[in-house]
This record gives sequence, structure tokens and C-alpha cells, in this order.
Amino acid sequence: MKLREIVESLGLEVKCCGDRLDREVTGAYASDLLSDVMAKSKAGDVWITLQTHMNIIAVAALNDLAGIILVNGREPEEATLKKADDEGIVIMVSKEPTFEVAGKLYEMGLRGGHGAG
Amino acid sequence: MHAVYQESFHIEGGDFSRAGAAASRVKQILKEIGLDSSYVKRAVVIAYEAEINVVSYATRGKMTLTVSPAKIDITVEDVGPGIEDIELAMQEGYSTASDWIREMGFGAGMGLPNIKKNSDFLEIESEVGVGTRVHAEVHLAKGGRPS
Repeated sequence: MKLREIVESLGLEVKCCGDRLDREVTGAYASDLLSDVMAKSKAGDVWITLQTHMNIIAVAALNDLAGIILVNGREPEEATLKKADDEGIVIMVSKEPTFEVAGKLYEMGLRGGHGAG
Repeated sequence: MHAVYQESFHIEGGDFSRAGAAASRVKQILKEIGLDSSYVKRAVVIAYEAEINVVSYATRGKMTLTVSPAKIDITVEDVGPGIEDIELAMQEGYSTASDWIREMGFGAGMGLPNIKKNSDFLEIESEVGVGTRVHAEVHLAKGGRPS
């Protein structure tokens, strides 16, 4: 599915790079530990997190993630938005917490597909 | 067979605003060389974690990427506090990170274990009060080209 469908279905606010919502999403990963995301996320995943600082952009770019969903209505920092714009990383905000966002994406058919280990 | 490629990157300790820049260059170079994405991914994890360690703990460091037909070699040398007990530092979950580093989602004690998991060869040398040298290799089959 495309990012656009997720934005519309979950009522997300797009904070950066709204011109890239045609990006294909192939999975999802939810974590607030950056090393965990480096180790376990896959290219094409949408990443659910509460971290708002600029280092999330490098992690998303290095792993070719489809976009980042910030939870609990958290606002990205100014420096984060600037870097997201430079790197073309889509940032979306949900008013809901991680559990609800992940559950809704799962209902839409997205899977982590990572398994154990 | 392509020639050996080598490039070095400076890493500034404490500067989280540029953290990931060296790893990003590593990714770009390896993709340009045309290595298979599975090798690129492993090397990028190694480079990123090693870079974050320098940013988190050291004064400054230098990352050297060397690519030959047989392997990707990533060596990171830093000037910093060193590691007192390398065996302990290799344990998943062990960390000496400060609270504010942890709040950013770093310092979970996963850095060195992530490097180890993605390396075919790993050597860590450290002297307390002087610095640390991390040398990791990803070995390439058939020159690392996509099959």
C-alpha cells in the first residue's frame, strides 16, 4: 500500500515531504531505540516512534524506510524537519499512542515480517 | 575486479547533529560500487553504530572504509575514554551512557553487539584514557555483486 492510504485511513498530519506520499510501504516497525531500528527494520517499512530529535532522520534514511509516524501528537523538532526535508523523509504525526497506531496498520494488512531472532 | 577503494571520515565527539553522516557516506559509496544490498546493509549498521559510539563517548574519531574484492573493512579509531572491560561492553544491554543519551533512544547497550552480529571479523582494542580502535570486516562472496 502507499503512504497516502495510511495518512488518510489513520488521519495523520503530514509534517514533511507531502509530495512523497506515493511511496510504497511494505511493512512496519515500532520502536524507540535507534539501535533496535537499525538492526531490525527493513527497507520500505514505516517506522512508529515517539522520538522527535533529528537523529531519527539518519536512521530512516540509512535503512530506506518509507516514512516515520510520530505518536501521541508529538511535534518534530525544527532541526528534525529541516533534515527530513534535506533527505526527503516523510514525517507524519498521529494523536494516538504506539499501540493504537500499530494495531490499525496491522488491521490494514501491514506486517513486520521479522519473526524471532 | 574493481580496484581497492579507501576513504576516511572525521567524526566529532558529542555532535549529535551530524551523527550518521559518516555511515551515510559509507552507504553511498558501497551502493555506487554496486555491492549487493545485503552487504551494504550490514556495513551500514556497523558504520552507524561505531559512529554513534564515537559521538556518544569520545572526543573525536576517524572512520576508514576500505573496499576490496574480498571484503569491506571498516576501522574506527577514536581519542577518548576507552573501554574498561571490553567483554562487558560486548554484552547486550550493558551501557555506560548518560541519561540524556538514553532519552534520545541511544545507549541501550546494543551498539557493539549489533556490530558483532553484522561482522565476519571483529577486533576491538582499547586503552583507558587514550582511546578505542574498532576493526570490523564484512567478507564478500563473488566480489559482493548481486547474484
